Amino acid sequence: MAEEFNVLEHELVPEHHLLPEKEAEKILKELKLTKDQLPKIRLADPCIRALDVIAGPVEEGMIVKIVRRSSTSGVSVAYRLVVRG
Amino acid sequence: MNVTGVTKRIAAIKFAHLSPDEIRKMSATKIITADTYDDDGFPIDMGLMDPHLGVIEPGLRCKTCGKKVDECPGHFGHIDLAMPVIHVGYVKEIKKLLQSTCRSCGRLLLTGEQAEEYRKQRDRMEELGGDTLDTAGISKETAKDAASRTTCPHCGTVQLKITLDKPTTFREEGHKLTPKEVRERLERIPDEDLVSLGIDPLVSRPEWMVLTALPVPPVTVRPSITLDSGDRSEDDVTHKLVDVLRINQRLRENRDAGAPQLIVEDLWELLQYHVTTYFDNQTSGIPPARHRSGRPLKTLVQRLKGKEGRFRSNLSGKRVNFSARTVISPDPMLSINEVGVPVEAARELTVPIHVTERNLAQAKEMCARGPAPAGPAYRPGVNYVIRSDGRRIKVTDKNAETVAETIEAGYTVERHLLDGDIVLFNRQPSLHRMSIMAHEVRVMPFKTFRFNLCVCPPYNADFDGDEMNLHVLQSEEARAEAKVLMRVQEHILSPRFGGPVIGGIHDHITGSFLLTHKDSKFTKEETLKILEKIGTVNPPKPKVIDGKEYWTGKQLFSLILPTDLHMTFKASICQRCDPCKKEKCEHDAFVVIRRGRLLVGTIDEKAIGAFKGRIVDKLSRDYGPDKARIFIDSATKLAIGAIMVRGFTTGIADEDIPDQAKREIDDAMQQAKLKVEEHVGAYRRGELEQMPGRSLEETLEVEIMKVLGKARDTAGQIAGRHLGLENSAVIMARCGARGSMLNLSQMAGAIGQQAVRGERLSRGYWNRTLPHFKKGDLGSEARGFIKNCYKSGLTPTEYFFHSMGGREGLVDTAVRTSRSGYMQRRLINALEDLKVMQDGSVRNTAGTIIQLSYGEDGIDPCRSVQGDPVDVDDIILEVLGDQGELIAKVQEKGVVSYGIQDRDLLETPSEEAEQEVEEPEFEGGGGGEEM
Repeated sequence: MAEEFNVLEHELVPEHHLLPEKEAEKILKELKLTKDQLPKIRLADPCIRALDVIAGPVEEGMIVKIVRRSSTSGVSVAYRLVVRG
Repeated sequence: MNVTGVTKRIAAIKFAHLSPDEIRKMSATKIITADTYDDDGFPIDMGLMDPHLGVIEPGLRCKTCGKKVDECPGHFGHIDLAMPVIHVGYVKEIKKLLQSTCRSCGRLLLTGEQAEEYRKQRDRMEELGGDTLDTAGISKETAKDAASRTTCPHCGTVQLKITLDKPTTFREEGHKLTPKEVRERLERIPDEDLVSLGIDPLVSRPEWMVLTALPVPPVTVRPSITLDSGDRSEDDVTHKLVDVLRINQRLRENRDAGAPQLIVEDLWELLQYHVTTYFDNQTSGIPPARHRSGRPLKTLVQRLKGKEGRFRSNLSGKRVNFSARTVISPDPMLSINEVGVPVEAARELTVPIHVTERNLAQAKEMCARGPAPAGPAYRPGVNYVIRSDGRRIKVTDKNAETVAETIEAGYTVERHLLDGDIVLFNRQPSLHRMSIMAHEVRVMPFKTFRFNLCVCPPYNADFDGDEMNLHVLQSEEARAEAKVLMRVQEHILSPRFGGPVIGGIHDHITGSFLLTHKDSKFTKEETLKILEKIGTVNPPKPKVIDGKEYWTGKQLFSLILPTDLHMTFKASICQRCDPCKKEKCEHDAFVVIRRGRLLVGTIDEKAIGAFKGRIVDKLSRDYGPDKARIFIDSATKLAIGAIMVRGFTTGIADEDIPDQAKREIDDAMQQAKLKVEEHVGAYRRGELEQMPGRSLEETLEVEIMKVLGKARDTAGQIAGRHLGLENSAVIMARCGARGSMLNLSQMAGAIGQQAVRGERLSRGYWNRTLPHFKKGDLGSEARGFIKNCYKSGLTPTEYFFHSMGGREGLVDTAVRTSRSGYMQRRLINALEDLKVMQDGSVRNTAGTIIQLSYGEDGIDPCRSVQGDPVDVDDIILEVLGDQGELIAKVQEKGVVSYGIQDRDLLETPSEEAEQEVEEPEFEGGGGGEEM
């Protein structure tokens, strides 16, 4: 069978980066946010599953940085909290 | 009025069930008889209208709390049910509980570890800010997992399959479970296991979902109505309760008398039916309970649900005082931020004035005038005086003087509207924020609300019978807020596309075109007539021609421009010649404004129109809303002055074309027809060359459409040759005031192909559209081509085809409005609690992030330039000024080296691309009541 398809390589899927703990904390501090205020992404999300293979185990409570192309600002950065499901 | 105490934030809401004990405890009386009133018309004790349940008749006192009507809130009673029945609202939960717990020991069908795992998950979810929906999801999963077990891990009992026979019957492997058995099972579930299933055992037990006592709502909830004939008519809920009581009574009697099991069960089921319909009369699977007249009863759920229900109609939909509604009409002499209010309305709508020592005398004088001051001029009076203790005193002609005497500081006086008061003005449907704007009041005679025509587009108003609402603000804060945020001039730029929504329309545009086009000249008399409208009395230096003084329209228009305004753009009348001759444009379509003087170019829709007005746009952006307002006011007044001086009319004669042209059009039509026949012939002979990706039939259609489309254009062109700028209809079409050249060519040339679903007409009879044609006729006339124009008139078949096309348009709009209305409702419900915080992030009420920066770039679309944060083109123009060559270079560079700047710097993107196949427009007439 052919190699498994990696969703992250599709042009319509924005970049996902797993943030190391330290960086995650730094960003939360910068944005003056707590983890529960972040938008969520499920562990079962295809992107997270792909990320799990590429960037090491993704667990609940980790933060993912998403970089999108934006029609208004060129590039926009968003953060999501990984949750169960 | 006075807010006391501490305001607190609601952290959470917890829902629980009422236990039978609670129902009995809060009950004022037990209800046992199904009768309501005795023969003398007095309520029967322990009946449904028991005086303990509250008072509805004025003068009487409540037997429970001793208060009078309106003071007594009403009290619940209760019915003890002879046998338990299932609550319809909870069948799903009951099913879930029965399936996930053991039939004999009642424990959750999971081992201790498994249950513990789910509990941990729940805790973790709460830690990470999961909302109730997430925790509900976990409970659901727990239940699902447990239900899949076939034996109990605690007692080893084999579980039987439980199914729900809608709406309220539970079966275990086909064997019916009575509500009593269901209740017993639920009772057996231990408290610890309930937590895993999402129930807090401290506040509710699952067996309470099977009713043994039924609360009876207070009479205030179900008041009976006394008809004129003296007969009493009871509320639907009361009727339903009577049914419940009757069957309950019969069931008890039969059971106690030891009646056969079958009869008791039948009655039990009947009781279940009545209790079910008492809650929800639209439960699927059972016939709705009906009134004697055959109308289905409106029971509890029906009271709450839907558009007319308690939530949408009474709780989210508020009705207010200090508002007025009437027909609207135009008044071009009002400023765009004013609204004309009829005297009658102004005397009814009031503004509360807080009396202090400083305005005491004023307040007294105003009050002394009473509620209807006489005199030719409008003077505000007072309708009510509110004393310091909160008592309201109605001011009448008789007591006005005496009440005025008593006024002192601390009182509040409700005075009539005055010129300059801030009010909110609204037209439904309120689709965007510009549907409610703040206006300044102008009290005027006659009975309509009046406003400037420039504000028609944001409200989407016309004057064919439209009505609008007006609300008077009642507090200083509200007035201040409205003045800053909601005034009309603050809404000239729309957040929808970052351009103006308020600007000249129709005659304003024609007028300014007539004023400024080419070298229009006005004599002294005419000039003064025009300038009088804007109140300027010193006209600029006149031009002297043949010893007579003349003013050019461009001079006059320059009067209202700020002296440091520089602009360059192309007008609506621009023909898009290649190459553009710029300042030397023979159509006078290249607008150049330098130092506030209009040097060349025509002022038309592109300059001052709503949606497209470049000058309006620039002024409100660079000079502020107030300047923009004044500009719009004076520009439109000038335009009206100009159109009145010159005179302007259009009529059917505007579409006259010479006989020669008519013949040419006929020829063109004839040729098109022949060409179509040629194509059809080729198709029939099988000589038609098939287009890639299309069937032969489709190819034919495409070819025919091409030919016919061209034919209409040719007709339009022939007609257009005889329609020059001296023609009023053409002026309106070209300068963007009303109508289009396409409309004109349909009136003077040919209407063209009618279409339904984008195809030529084909349906109706067997293989033909109408019996006037042969079966299978594919010719132009047989398939909805109209070779006539509106002026020459349509043949009967053409008329029919035209109606078909028109009908599609009507159906489309009807469908579109309802569809988009629902979409809007869903959108608003999803977005209503989002707001942009101080740090630029978008959050909901829980404080969670929706967007880190509003719109990802943090730009207020209202202040954007067609969506872009900065108007680079404008800045370049400003810096480079008159150096047109440099601009040209910039344009060139933009195209060549970056490959992105493909639009003309001087061109605003057009609103919408012109539609190709024009459908006739049937304008829906008049608003509302046309009975």
